[in-house]
Amino acid sequence: MALTLQYPVPTVDAVGLTERAASFTKRSIKNEAKATGLRLAVSMMDLTTLEGADTKGKVTHLSRKARQPMAARFACPPCAAVCVYPNQVAHAVAELAGSGIPVASVATGFPSGQYPLALRLADVRAAVGEGAAEIDMVINRGTFLEGDETRVSDEIAAVKEACGEAHLKVIFETGELQTYDSVRRVSQIAIEAGADFIKTSTGKITPAATLPVTLVLLETVRDHFLATGKRIGVKPAGGIRTAKEALQYLVMVKETVGDAWLTPDLFRFGASSLLSDVELQIAKLVDGGYQSPDYFSKA
Amino acid sequence: MSSDTSSPAAAWDYAPAPETMPVPLRKHYGLFINGEFREAASGKTFPSINPATGKKLAQIQQADVADVDLAVRSARRAYEGAWGKMPPLERGKYLYRIARLIQEKSRELAVLETMDGGKPIKESRDIDLPLVAAHFFYYAGWADKLAYAMPGRTPQSLGVAGQVIPWNFPLLMAAWKIAPALACGNTVVLKPAETTSITALHLAQIFQEAELPPGVVNIVTGAGETGAALVGHPGVAKVAFTGSTSVGKQIAKSLAGSKKKLTLELGGKAANIVFADAPIDQAVEGVINGIYFNQGQVCCAGSRLLVQESIHDEFVARLGRRLETLRVGDPLDKNTDVGAINSAAQLRRIEALVASGVEEGAELHQSAGPLPEGGFWHRPAFFTGVSSSHRIAREEIFGPVLSVLTFRTPAEAVTRANDTCYGLSAGVWTDKGSKALAIAAQIKAGVIWANTFNKFDPTSAFGGYQESGFGREGGIAGLRSYLK
Repeated sequence: MALTLQYPVPTVDAVGLTERAASFTKRSIKNEAKATGLRLAVSMMDLTTLEGADTKGKVTHLSRKARQPMAARFACPPCAAVCVYPNQVAHAVAELAGSGIPVASVATGFPSGQYPLALRLADVRAAVGEGAAEIDMVINRGTFLEGDETRVSDEIAAVKEACGEAHLKVIFETGELQTYDSVRRVSQIAIEAGADFIKTSTGKITPAATLPVTLVLLETVRDHFLATGKRIGVKPAGGIRTAKEALQYLVMVKETVGDAWLTPDLFRFGASSLLSDVELQIAKLVDGGYQSPDYFSKA
Repeated sequence: MSSDTSSPAAAWDYAPAPETMPVPLRKHYGLFINGEFREAASGKTFPSINPATGKKLAQIQQADVADVDLAVRSARRAYEGAWGKMPPLERGKYLYRIARLIQEKSRELAVLETMDGGKPIKESRDIDLPLVAAHFFYYAGWADKLAYAMPGRTPQSLGVAGQVIPWNFPLLMAAWKIAPALACGNTVVLKPAETTSITALHLAQIFQEAELPPGVVNIVTGAGETGAALVGHPGVAKVAFTGSTSVGKQIAKSLAGSKKKLTLELGGKAANIVFADAPIDQAVEGVINGIYFNQGQVCCAGSRLLVQESIHDEFVARLGRRLETLRVGDPLDKNTDVGAINSAAQLRRIEALVASGVEEGAELHQSAGPLPEGGFWHRPAFFTGVSSSHRIAREEIFGPVLSVLTFRTPAEAVTRANDTCYGLSAGVWTDKGSKALAIAAQIKAGVIWANTFNKFDPTSAFGGYQESGFGREGGIAGLRSYLK
């Protein structure tokens, strides 16, 4: 049930963790550092729509936004990926053809994961079959809270296998696990079971991503790298809405795992509304003054 | 970031972020006596240096016996006059007013504190100044409630308090001293440290703006002789000193047999005890904060790391990686973590003790990276392979230098932690609450932090055992030092 992991998982003190996370918000990111950081943030964004009301039209709009978030003169890079439900994968793939932007699909009975494993795996295979290059799976939190770590691990491994070539991001829904000790432990379980990325949240409940919980993920991937030499990605998702917060995350990445992680290959933001504020800030740096949000297209 | 995890190709460097607020720094500062600024009787002055550049900031008056006498007399007059007769509720109002003025001016005071003392603006802005205001607010509330602090007694003020403070937290130490003294109805003559007089004199300006009656607080600047004149003045009823143990001993000797009440807050060599079951990343942060906060120039700094032998190598590796991410440099840059050493003299003391550590066979680990030109700088550093007989394990370095020792069992941790002539503070890091409490009960130190370090609050008493001094500052206990 409880899993024997490659090395002992340290405990986490919530007070100290929160304090450390808050220290990253005190960094002052100005001028070139800000300009570079904001564009980096765009390049790390998984532009996401996960609504019951998603349509081809919405996905078309999002895909085009991901290709070109801003007018060319702002030198804003494209987003990292477009993240949709499995039913929209084929359409998103068609819309993004030739752009080099991968389509990510949530799967495994997102957002609850409370479905039989066979159905969850079929969900993954279907999304991959439609052309999803990245799979954002959810763990079954119920299984983890029951204490059956072995099953959690086995299920992640099975999903990884079903992914084939597709990259696997494992969502913990940290807001449901609640303790940082659990988050640290499940992070290690997911990494050892084959996750390419570990991800905080579905965005469907609060709290979603926070700096402290993302710090736990980063410390886990750092320790895993130091022990094995293998780099695992981290994706905070949900609740990150401002450029200022995005820069705080980048500061935390830099000072916890180092500049090597400052790439879309190893760090992503899962967000839908963050892009608008980042655009506003990029335009401010380019044009020297804040403009009305009305001048920026919404994602 | 550490070379362990970084590829240099993708470095994202922070642009310089200097604090640019213009500050009302003056070229000359006077003594603050009887509500007015005046020159020293002798006409002597000395420079105050910016330790980050080595350049002069301002010229400070050097008070001698005559000036100190004037200050004490004016404090006595205020005590016997307006201040002593004032209803406690009114006294409290002045303290509230002072606290609010400090908050209003906190940004300029933080910049001045950083310029004069060398500490990072991040610390003076986020720690020193908020605590300074909090201290005045806290003791303001006590002014008319002293009877509640000492049930069954009628608290009475003492008279003139002569207070001598150090350079590591110039304004904060002034607040620790002045706020409780005034709340209890005393008047004050304060002597700031020679290298950091400027912010105390700006605080004097705030007293003027608050219309504090003349003589209630007087500030005399100067070096050791000025302090000795103040401590020895017969008009002083109470002496409060924060500083080195050697000076504290001299003061205690000089006051023996006098009726003066004395509190001493002296040096320390605190143990930060990390058990194998500690939350390791938070413990690393706590150890880093414990020794590099304010460049380690903190009397309660966690300067001895006692780490359980089974996790020594792993812990030291983590410490080394974290050391590399500390940003050493311009204290006025908002992203600086470690600033300048307060003075050339202090830097020499640190360097001498570091040299002794190397000579006695301990292994020195230092952060790489360049240090700024000019000024007084020391790399954040730690020693491994330290034995409890090494000077660096026994003497207070008062700089950004940590000594790492090991222990095997809880009993050995306690023995080693108590193996010091000091006893100011300690830290215990373990995931087990019962263990933290059991260890804390056995350590001889005035302040013990569990799974944290260097936490200060005006409601909490602070003070030492043994050669770390006696008497408490802060909290209800802090009132007792200023009442009979």
